[in-house]
Amino acid sequence: MRATVIAGLARGTRAAALALGLPVVLFVAWWLLSANSTNIFLPPLSRIVEAFGQVWLSDVFLRDVLPSLRRLATGYAAALLVGVGVGYLVGRWAVVRDLTSPILAYFRVLPAPVLIPVLLVAVGIGDATKLIVIALGAVWPILLNTADGVRAVDDVQLDTAAVYRLRHRTRHGLILRAASPQIFAGARQALGISLIVMVVSEMLMSTDGLGFTVIRFQRTFAIPQMWSGVLLLGLLGFGLAKLFELIERRVLRWHRGATGREEPR
Amino acid sequence: MTTSSRTPAPTRGLAGGGPAGRRLLGAVGLLLSAAGYEAVTRAFFSPLHVPPLSAILPQALRLLAEPRFWTATGRTLLVAAIGLLIAVLAGVVVGFAIGSVPWLLRTASSTLDFLRPVPSIVLIPVLVLVLDVTQITVLLVAVSCFWIVLFQVLYGLRDVDQVAVDTARTIRLGRWGRIVHVTWPTVLPYLGTALRLVVSVALALAITGGLVMGAAGLGELIWSSQESGESTGMYALVLLTGAVGIALDLAARLAERRLLHWHVATRRELATP
Repeated sequence: MRATVIAGLARGTRAAALALGLPVVLFVAWWLLSANSTNIFLPPLSRIVEAFGQVWLSDVFLRDVLPSLRRLATGYAAALLVGVGVGYLVGRWAVVRDLTSPILAYFRVLPAPVLIPVLLVAVGIGDATKLIVIALGAVWPILLNTADGVRAVDDVQLDTAAVYRLRHRTRHGLILRAASPQIFAGARQALGISLIVMVVSEMLMSTDGLGFTVIRFQRTFAIPQMWSGVLLLGLLGFGLAKLFELIERRVLRWHRGATGREEPR
Repeated sequence: MTTSSRTPAPTRGLAGGGPAGRRLLGAVGLLLSAAGYEAVTRAFFSPLHVPPLSAILPQALRLLAEPRFWTATGRTLLVAAIGLLIAVLAGVVVGFAIGSVPWLLRTASSTLDFLRPVPSIVLIPVLVLVLDVTQITVLLVAVSCFWIVLFQVLYGLRDVDQVAVDTARTIRLGRWGRIVHVTWPTVLPYLGTALRLVVSVALALAITGGLVMGAAGLGELIWSSQESGESTGMYALVLLTGAVGIALDLAARLAERRLLHWHVATRRELATP
């Protein structure tokens, strides 16, 4: 018993050392190499960290970071709802699929950022525009993956559900659950896109938000502050991806367990 | 759908089934949404904000005859292509370097996982101070595509058949021979997938560079026509951008098929018309 605990601990420490080793080395290297930097574009990391505390752990967080996060969350949630809903229809009924396939193929390849000027003209500058842009950018991967997933649901499962005369709601739930691994794959892709679209839309048209603030720092040559914003954006991207992974692992526990598939990294 | 609530078989369409029927339905859907868009824009929007399709399409055709559209497209595609080339080369080299050395892969994987979700556009404010906008755009494309290529290569390397490797060892193939005859053919299908994925990413970032920083190309053209209030022209450009995307996507699929003509999945696909 004790031996296994110790062995487990040792394994945990080794895994942690492996995971943290290179990042720590890189961070320390950056810190040391930039310590005496006089290049104004590459300030010492200590100054960037200092600026990070000053800038982001103040009311700027409320004024710029929170609105960004709110827009991201709302736009992404809207994309999830619409994407899964419409994707379900497209995947389940061949007629809908045939009718929409050329249009979907078009929007799949249309780069999301070009929607920003379009909505700028159509809706104007405002929160609504940014929301719609984020949602529109994120919706396609979710929709297409949901459609593919729903379409690929095992026929035997559907027949079984029909034979047992399961209620419609149960049956829809069954299909969605069977398609959920693929829905998650789309949702993960959409998360990255929505973050990019959020930043670009704030760079192009905003009076607040992370993207706007970083660009403002750059234009006023507040270089350490700008670097701290870049760092924050990077951390945000990483944090969101990790959070997503956590949720995915919980929700899809049955999937990995049932198929014995190695989890994708 | 009244007699049975079961879904129809996936391949059976309403118009008699078969690819022809499906294509017909697709055309009907396209026409319906075009008509719907036309009606909605005419009824609810000013042509200054959301012009109807009947105004956008002729404008798009006019643009096709203008050299400035083609120069812009050419520039965007060139930037995307250079970035893509850098990404593929770097991704393959780094992928093989990391992927074939187990301890390197173990130490690097957490760092790679950390860096991958960082959106490449955060580089814009940093790089704008030292490089010109076209170079930055190339770099943006390269960085974003690099991650996709790198991870596909790593997935591919994990998929290498141990029996094949052992066989190669038994017949005394050297390290280089094993890479050429065993590893590379395993990784190639993953690279094909990567190619299909990165093409649209490359186009998106090449255009983003134009939108945000004014790097010459389609993005810049779109942004400047928005700023000068030519909304119809802008909508036409966006429409054509989508067409460029479709052309690129087709080209990537064709290239993938060419590259993998020997692969089982491709042969099967070709055998069933």
